[in-house]
Amino acid sequence: MLDLASNNGQARQEQELANSPLAIRGLTVSYGQKPAVFSVDMTVEAGRMTAIIGPNGAGKSTMLKAALGIVPAVSGQIQVFGKPLEAQRARIAYVPQRASVDWDFPTRVIDVVLMGLYRELGLLGRLRPSHRATAMDCLDQVGMGDFASRQIGQLSGGQQQRVFLARALAQGADLYLLDEPFAGVDAATEKAIIGVLKTLRAAGKTVVVVHHDLATVAEYFDNVFLINTRKVAEGPVAVSFSAANLQATYGGRLATAQVDQLALALG
Amino acid sequence: MSGEEFVPLSLTPLLIGIFAAVACALPGNFLLLRKQALIGDAISHVVLPGIVVAFLLTGAISAAPMMLGAAGAAVVAVVLIEAIRRLGRIEPGAAMGVVFTTMFAGGVLLLEQTDTSSVHLDVEHALYGNLESLIWLDATGWSSLLDPQALAYLPVELSRMALTLLAVSLFIALFWRVLKISTFDEGFARTLGIRTNLLGLALVITAAVAAVAAFDAVGSIIVIAMFICPPAAARMMSNHLEGQVAWSVGFAVSSAVLGYVLAGYGPLWLGAQDAVSAAGMIATVSGLMLALTARFGPCRTRSGAPVGV
Amino acid sequence: MLMDALLLQLGYNATLVAIGATLLGISAGVTGTFLFLRKRALVSDAISHATLPGVCIAFILMASFGGDGRNLIGLLLGSAVSASAGLWCLNWLTRNTRLAEDAAIGSVLSVFFGFGIVLLTVIQTLGVGRQAGLEGFLLGSTAGMLWADAMVIAVGGAVTLLLILLIRRPMTMVAFDPEYAAARGLPVSKIDMAMMGLVMAVTVVGLKVVGLILIVALLIIPAVTARFWTERSDYVVLLAGLAGGLSAYVGAAMSASAPNLPTGPIIVLMSFALFLLSLLFAPNRGVLAAVLRHLRFQRRVHLRQGLLALAQGQPIYEKLTLRLLRRGGMVRADGVATNIGKARAAKALRDERRWAVVRSDHAHEAAAALYDGLRQIESVLTQDQISEIDRHIGGPKEVLA
Repeated sequence: MLDLASNNGQARQEQELANSPLAIRGLTVSYGQKPAVFSVDMTVEAGRMTAIIGPNGAGKSTMLKAALGIVPAVSGQIQVFGKPLEAQRARIAYVPQRASVDWDFPTRVIDVVLMGLYRELGLLGRLRPSHRATAMDCLDQVGMGDFASRQIGQLSGGQQQRVFLARALAQGADLYLLDEPFAGVDAATEKAIIGVLKTLRAAGKTVVVVHHDLATVAEYFDNVFLINTRKVAEGPVAVSFSAANLQATYGGRLATAQVDQLALALG
Repeated sequence: MSGEEFVPLSLTPLLIGIFAAVACALPGNFLLLRKQALIGDAISHVVLPGIVVAFLLTGAISAAPMMLGAAGAAVVAVVLIEAIRRLGRIEPGAAMGVVFTTMFAGGVLLLEQTDTSSVHLDVEHALYGNLESLIWLDATGWSSLLDPQALAYLPVELSRMALTLLAVSLFIALFWRVLKISTFDEGFARTLGIRTNLLGLALVITAAVAAVAAFDAVGSIIVIAMFICPPAAARMMSNHLEGQVAWSVGFAVSSAVLGYVLAGYGPLWLGAQDAVSAAGMIATVSGLMLALTARFGPCRTRSGAPVGV
Repeated sequence: MLMDALLLQLGYNATLVAIGATLLGISAGVTGTFLFLRKRALVSDAISHATLPGVCIAFILMASFGGDGRNLIGLLLGSAVSASAGLWCLNWLTRNTRLAEDAAIGSVLSVFFGFGIVLLTVIQTLGVGRQAGLEGFLLGSTAGMLWADAMVIAVGGAVTLLLILLIRRPMTMVAFDPEYAAARGLPVSKIDMAMMGLVMAVTVVGLKVVGLILIVALLIIPAVTARFWTERSDYVVLLAGLAGGLSAYVGAAMSASAPNLPTGPIIVLMSFALFLLSLLFAPNRGVLAAVLRHLRFQRRVHLRQGLLALAQGQPIYEKLTLRLLRRGGMVRADGVATNIGKARAAKALRDERRWAVVRSDHAHEAAAALYDGLRQIESVLTQDQISEIDRHIGGPKEVLA
């Protein structure tokens, strides 16, 4: 019985692996002796916007970083569009947390966006006016065209976040991974970012966002992935973003009243 | 001053000083931005044990094995620092302090245990070199620059330093784009497929090569100063990387020239008879430039927006 | 000869130096711990290099006023003045410009030292003998030391140690949690300044013994060494003092016992030997222990993931997982689960379900926080609690045939 189940499961799984923009199997990441992410499977659905949610320290960002090879994993397999990560780098764009870089770095807004064209330019490729035009276009999409020659440290937090998004747009990827893009930004920025992400989805791109604001999940996203060290649930918002799953994810950390309220909002 | 005096006595040390200063300042820009400024300090301390070990192995003072020994020691030091930092989970500053003091102590001890009285090898020389002695005796004036016979007797340090500068500049030019991306945002660089660990190691090795070559000519103290002071001063002058690097080269050249001139002629102007250490003076001048830019530079303050706004 | 030295039988001066060095080693180890815990270990490198111009200027002043330029107290006073100037520059640069502390340390260190070397060459040309023995301050030299100088070092070491003992409590609090210390009403910046003052005192007293290039080793290495053995702050301080004192004592004694053994390097190498032993063999933080622990951890992760995959009928891709399961007799060579494997897999899956209940229940919040995928549920809940959860899930049943 076990063997039969295993064979069926295997066939289905391999199908999923081949189709999914990002498929994670058995991923465990650990800082020291305590796993931050334990044996997590994730299958991102193509052409959708997926939110990764969970309490602070639940391993959301860690999972994303390990999937991209930024931090090492103890175990696990990653497939991007059915192939190993290394072969598919050009199809992924990553937007790190804003606080992960030194904003006092001597560089201008336009230079940061041009970094997104690295795979196109290569080590020594000449920077042509067309590249600059692409970068400017990406800046305009996030509403930052007027700031192109500012030093990045002179921007507000929300503006910095938009520059990061413009850099990802410049990469022209098929899969966009964003780590807490709405953390500590103003309302205008949040609106601008979500607008850009929806445009990407309309163009058939896949978007995965590490998200912390439960109140906006239903409004912004198609799918959710609930994690607290282990995966709790994965699927369409209407099905998986349920009070029971939230309870299982946040446990005692989410007040019952809050859960009820969310459930109410979900209808 | 006439060419007959300037060309044989001052031209070559001046050029060597300039080349050394620029070769160190170029990688120094990136080390500074990566918060690894003190790697230069660590490297210049471990050059001594490297040279002593090379001397003990070959039994002779010759340039090639010593440069190899010094470069080897620099790589060993960098690897050890990294190993201690990771294995012992110790902050990088402390790990660096453990490694370079120990290796330097080992070098001094070896030196004391060995009979080096017959050769020119001592701690003082290692620290502040002897830039003034790198003269071009066969030159008679500016015309010697076109005289193949005189050119054949240029101090070898000059060509060595020029080659080093060329190699360092090539490295920086070739990897400019990836260095910039990975220095600014290492995580992002990795998602682009850039091997950031290898690149970081290559940068440190380039710095080590510059340090070793410069050390041979001008001693280690100038090396530390040139790694840090010109880039730090340039940081106060420009808000983009290209501008910063250009300013740092300018500061490096002018501290080399000013420092050399002040060391050679300053005491004479003050009525003393002997020159003072050129290496020390170059470091001092670079410090004064840093002080001025730190006080008056247009970009001297931090510009980062507070996080969470 | 070495035994004589270790037992302080080498004459009055050598004994004084050994005692002074030991006191200095203890002071340096203790002071260095506070620096290390504040993550400012290399500030000491800037301070020590910044002493050189002061030594030279003091020499020039004393010599030009007709005194003895080599008066140790005068030279040490000079070094203290220029070290404070260096420290002031360092703080000014980090506070008022965009430079990070490492860049500020490097620039102060190199510029002060470079200026010191300029002054050394000036002294050389003053015609008062070859640098008047000032190069001894670079690497330290205790050979042929005058009785008065040895006395200065012994007394200086003792006074520094006394000062440390006096203010160690507030320093510990500031080193561990400056914000909490400030909230408790401690004058954090003053205590920081006192700490830097102690670093300077250690540096100045140590100049003649280990030299300005190596004194940082005495401030850094014992603290790092001690950190390997304990997680408790007061023990780190104690052990660092012990390691520093021991290396300084043995180093000074060895150096006195034979020619060509300069004090500074020997002391540094001694303390490095202690460091190396700790790095490799310390019980918890040591490399050996960490490697063994990591291997064990990795096996646990793979085994548990393998069991869960077996229980849920998922395929196992990773070779290490399969090998571990095979070795444990849980799967056959062809990858099919054995009876033992099935039983263990069922238990693992059941535990996961139990955990899921625990983690979604407010009542178990404390236990739920301990979940990391590996922890045995029996280690956080009593048998009664587990039975209660099992009732919730539904009675035990064989998940797998």
